[in-house]
Amino acid sequence: MRRRRLRAFLGQYGHPLLTLAGMAAAWHAATAWFAIPGWLLPSPRAVGEVLYAFGHLLPQHIWVTLAETVAGFLLSIAVGVPLAVLIVWSPVLQRTIYPIILAAQSIPKVAIAPLFLIWIGYGMFSKILVVVSVAFFPIVVDTVTGLMAVEPDLLDMVRVLRASTLQTFLKIRLPASLPYFFSGTKVAVTLAVIGSVIGEFVGSDKGLGYLILVSGSQLNTAMVFGVLAILSAMGIALFVIVEGLQKVLCPWSVGR
Amino acid sequence: MIRLSNVSLTYESTDGTEIHALAGIDLQVAENEFVVIVGPSGCGKSTLLKLIVGLLRPTRGSVMYRGRPVEDTIQEVGMVYQSPVLLPWRTVLGNVLLPIEILRRDPAAYAPEAAKLLEMAGLSAFARKTPRELSGGMQQRAALCRALITDPALLLMDEPFAALDALTRDEMGQELSRLWEERKKTVVFVTHSISEAVLLGDRVVVMSPRPGRIVRDIPIGLPRPRTNVKHLGPAFTDYVEEIRELIYSFKGERDAAPPP
Repeated sequence: MRRRRLRAFLGQYGHPLLTLAGMAAAWHAATAWFAIPGWLLPSPRAVGEVLYAFGHLLPQHIWVTLAETVAGFLLSIAVGVPLAVLIVWSPVLQRTIYPIILAAQSIPKVAIAPLFLIWIGYGMFSKILVVVSVAFFPIVVDTVTGLMAVEPDLLDMVRVLRASTLQTFLKIRLPASLPYFFSGTKVAVTLAVIGSVIGEFVGSDKGLGYLILVSGSQLNTAMVFGVLAILSAMGIALFVIVEGLQKVLCPWSVGR
Repeated sequence: MIRLSNVSLTYESTDGTEIHALAGIDLQVAENEFVVIVGPSGCGKSTLLKLIVGLLRPTRGSVMYRGRPVEDTIQEVGMVYQSPVLLPWRTVLGNVLLPIEILRRDPAAYAPEAAKLLEMAGLSAFARKTPRELSGGMQQRAALCRALITDPALLLMDEPFAALDALTRDEMGQELSRLWEERKKTVVFVTHSISEAVLLGDRVVVMSPRPGRIVRDIPIGLPRPRTNVKHLGPAFTDYVEEIRELIYSFKGERDAAPPP
């Protein structure tokens, strides 16, 4: 049983992991071969060493960024899903609010992040709002699409039976939208990590984004790489969690 | 049972032009009759079904069901479409019981009936499976069970077998015939297949291209059960040819007509 699991794991992740290991080896060889200075491109080993040396500092920064990311992500769902339901339910909102939401997606979030700082201040909440500003769109847009993507014949069938709006919503539209909701959520969760880093770049005194800024200014390039690795690991872990939830909550939407 | 008198339906398309979907339709369907509607694509066959069931209102004329004008939708009807439109998150049994839930009746009380229908459809072993574990033909049989669970007096079928392969299609036609003879129901059946129409129908109603009109109403005087086309002899082919010629004559007209 355990063996089969290991084989399944390797079947799914073996190739990318091997490729990654190969790239790290090539990277290591290149830094040694061409004697690239550490401030320009540190070797993977140097990155590991720095992470180990500053290991005691990392958890608090990881915790701050993770908290901002998860809080912003959850807030995006809490705001995005009811908004999507309202947009689908009300033709007026569909004509007024929805186009504005779609258009607002083109606003560069890095550019509005300073506004949150001005309005809300230096604390964690301004970062959470930056996360919401990036993670919220895919959730709203995909949930709206999912709620409307019900086959017209099916809607006709329940209309003939005089189903109430609530029945149609609970028994058909809501479950039908789940796969779309999850594909939006999977995009949103990776964007959320970017959002919290943007928020920290604009102004903060803790978090992984702050750590990158400080390390960069000190030409501690190895640390920058190390934090980047932690950020990607965080993004991947959150993605895997959301995907796992999808498998549990709507197994019909996941490939056989 | 159903009476459409001088029914026309005109609607405005998105670019503002008026589209005449149906014009001057007179159609009567008697209790327990099996009426098949054939016609070229876009002649308003599906629109006609929506009018009968009360999903659409005619622009002119009247639609009567059992002596009363159709105002709200007719609840005592089973609908089957080209696509089975089963809910992928429900089991086959759960799908069959969906109409019961919508009508706010007790699903447990209908479980025996659902089991009976699934057995008739050869799906007993699949009651607890999800739709995607079923073949196309089996999914469509499940959709038929769902339409029959309320034991409706009227069954409306909109090209129900069109998406199936030829073999499955023939088989489903036979099964439907058998079922209809077992539990008498009024059926209005839309199809593109002329031979299917002649095999199934008590009457075949032929419609013209848009605006859809009824150009001929042909009673099919073939004995039932019509399981074997060979036994039906030349009469069967005569019907098929008559309808085919009619439909081809529209095609000629349309091609000859100047573009609008």
